[in-house]
Amino acid sequence: MKIQRCKGTRDLSSAEMQVFRFIEGVFRDCCLGRGFEEIRTPTIEYLNLFTSAGTLTPGMLSKVYSFLDWDGWSGERVVLRPDGTIPVARLYTERLAERGFARLFYVTNIFIFDETGKKNRERWQGGVELIGKGSPLVDTELISLALEVLGKLGLEDLELRLSHAGLLKALLAGLGLGPDEQTRLLDLILDGDAAALDGLKAESRELGGALLPLLNLKGQSPGFLKNLKALAADNFPEIGPHLDDFMKTVSFLEAVGCNYQIDLASGAGFEYYTGVVFQFFRGGEQIGGGGRYDDLVRSMGGDDVPASGFALYLDRLMALVRPEAVVPAAAGKVFIRVQSGEAEIIREAYSVADCLRQQGYTAEIDLGGREPADLRWYLDVGGKDALFTVQDKLTRRFFPAENAGEVIALLEEKGADKDSLA
Amino acid sequence: MPTKIALPKGRLLRKTAALLQKADWGLDEYHSKLSFYHPKSQKFPELGIKVLHERDIPIQVAVGNYDLGICSLDWLEELMVKYPSSALVRVNTLPYGRYGLYVVASRSQAVSTVEEVKALPGKVRIASEYPNLAESFALKNRLGWFSIFPVWGAAEGYPPENAELALVSARTAAEIAGWGMVPVSKVLDSNACLIANRNSWESSDLGEVVRSIGTLASIAGEPVPAQETAVPMAPGPRSIPEVTDESVRLALPDGHQQQPTVKLLDRAGIRLDDYPSETGNRRPSINVDGVSVKVIRPQDMPLQVANGNFDLAITGRDWLAEHLYQFPSSPVNKLLDLGFGKVRMVAVVSQQLAVDDAIGLRKLSGQWAVQLRIASEYIHIADKYARDKHLGRYRVIPTWGATEAFLPEDADVLIENTETGRTIARHNLKIIDTIFESTACLIGNTGTAMNTIKRQRIDTIVERLRTATEEA
Repeated sequence: MKIQRCKGTRDLSSAEMQVFRFIEGVFRDCCLGRGFEEIRTPTIEYLNLFTSAGTLTPGMLSKVYSFLDWDGWSGERVVLRPDGTIPVARLYTERLAERGFARLFYVTNIFIFDETGKKNRERWQGGVELIGKGSPLVDTELISLALEVLGKLGLEDLELRLSHAGLLKALLAGLGLGPDEQTRLLDLILDGDAAALDGLKAESRELGGALLPLLNLKGQSPGFLKNLKALAADNFPEIGPHLDDFMKTVSFLEAVGCNYQIDLASGAGFEYYTGVVFQFFRGGEQIGGGGRYDDLVRSMGGDDVPASGFALYLDRLMALVRPEAVVPAAAGKVFIRVQSGEAEIIREAYSVADCLRQQGYTAEIDLGGREPADLRWYLDVGGKDALFTVQDKLTRRFFPAENAGEVIALLEEKGADKDSLA
Repeated sequence: MPTKIALPKGRLLRKTAALLQKADWGLDEYHSKLSFYHPKSQKFPELGIKVLHERDIPIQVAVGNYDLGICSLDWLEELMVKYPSSALVRVNTLPYGRYGLYVVASRSQAVSTVEEVKALPGKVRIASEYPNLAESFALKNRLGWFSIFPVWGAAEGYPPENAELALVSARTAAEIAGWGMVPVSKVLDSNACLIANRNSWESSDLGEVVRSIGTLASIAGEPVPAQETAVPMAPGPRSIPEVTDESVRLALPDGHQQQPTVKLLDRAGIRLDDYPSETGNRRPSINVDGVSVKVIRPQDMPLQVANGNFDLAITGRDWLAEHLYQFPSSPVNKLLDLGFGKVRMVAVVSQQLAVDDAIGLRKLSGQWAVQLRIASEYIHIADKYARDKHLGRYRVIPTWGATEAFLPEDADVLIENTETGRTIARHNLKIIDTIFESTACLIGNTGTAMNTIKRQRIDTIVERLRTATEEA
């Protein structure tokens, strides 16, 4: 019986890992370039971290990998991290709160059960959290960072969709629905049920006739929001501050040259958002998203600190990045063949391999497997004629050398540090 | 392949048997004194029939071991709420086995709504035989900090001291009031139902059997319990004894360990009033000052002692081992071997299998193209056994009783306890290994600091029981 990998998981081949590392590298460079600091949180957390603040919808919580671990006799369940942001908010509350302001980023895997087994149950994301400050400028910085990463990955035709969780909640409250119904509806929208509002239309025709159309409105300019405000603010003054916040963010985004689409009902994601929610799409597929979550740190027992963040979905990006965008591994690879079993020769081979690596070469010692087909430079150690012989497979020429210094000088002279393909 | 059906043991057995009789099934062995789990039907001689614990039936039908099953809706939902993609179809409802699943609190807690539960300070503990439904209730209602205690039974005995809530089955709200509890939320209306494996339903001809059972649905069953308006108060006082830092909380077993427990306590000069109880009283009084007693399942005791809900408990070494294999860091320990209730924990296979010991089992697991299936009520003992014996590719199938029925079709090995070995032989099975011997034991939590008076009281009880055991 062949043992297979678990349903819903994937292996990454070396070619896929190259793409993964490329994306991760671009993401890290962009974050570091803007003064963000890298962190890592544990894979296992207590389930109550995710339930206690009402931070995830019941729909999402029913898909977490939770179990009793070895000290689970207290009934305290642990989970494989189902989300990247909440553990970071916990880490901030536990260790960074004194600093006040923190710009953090991470590359992490998250675990969400998918019934079909066709989607990945382990997903990778690059996440950014900015905790301690909340303003339209912060939202703009985050969106601009995400777009910088996506741009440097060579992705074009990106779509940025904007919504505003505070505005959405105020509008639902304005419909005069009971708290349970509001929660239920918000859960549906957050779980990505596009038809949630259609159902509402049929259920409560008499309610908020003026508000329902607003929830479905889509537009592309701050003017759109101004008109929205003119239309609704008189009747529903409570939406005013949310609209102002939204308008300011939108005008900043215009100022830095971002294209966007406003779509209020596109709140699919996490219920901890309180302000602007943004999502990145390419070819109809979501590749990332984030938003403002001003209540999350407080709900974890921390101070009343504003925060926002986003995540890019690395698995999806891996399928979109063009192979030519991935920079190949550095040139300069040498295959070392040991011609004798003597300990002294082995010592020489390891010594020259070390020297080559220090000079930036990849030095691969022949361990008996198949020789690489497309490699140009070979180094024989302990042959009959010389201690070292460099072989150029392309020109079929041989160059003897006495020591590691000569080997390196020879390779450099022949341009092996720039070109190692036969 | 002939059609296979799983019929329930336990509370649905009598009515299922009566209705199948009305439908002229002519079953040779399906009644309350059941000793064999493979009845035959005169009407459907080809039909493969197996009697299983009703909780096992949805799982066994979902994995495809049976095409059809009769079970109650609560166990179906308990499976589906956690594993919604299970390959099950609910074919129809049968007119019996009606009761509700309620989330209940003790009347003394003064909570009767979910909102009031959410306003409780600290962690909400829910005891239930239905841990998946209990978790679903907590998530749907957004309880922030909760933990679920899966119990084997007697969940209604846990609130208020040992849990804030219990999720229990009850026929009426009056029954709940009789336990001194109030309903907080009704989670499900349950009844017996016919279920089918989805693949069998889509691809096999189950027509004749389904039609025959379908006629049962039209036979008048038990009346639907009327919705009560006034809930009668509990019959007689069920006062919750006040527990202080100095009180010792003792858990005693329900079920067949009650008689030997009473004998032992008697020898130690400890007398109980209303234990065993005919009315289901779980809080008998005791003639020792500063001690309160609660009656729960022996299976649940180690976990409850670990959590500090009880200081002492009388359970079996088998259940202590099961607990410690799952939670090695648990603070529960054996304080005293009580000598009675001796059973052997054994590994069992079918007599047809050419294996005589664990080494043979290991060889077999290496040769088979499929995983070895080990069925047990003791899943952690079974898992440890398989690891210790290097059984390689195996999986443990948790069962809820009637485990002998699983061999040979639905499992290859059982890890089971046995007193005489007779039941095992009667089912054409054989013992290939004895894992350990188990007797009743007194367990306690050795990890917690405690009040001096309480410490002395515990020591006194342990000493009295030690002397009584040695005298026996």
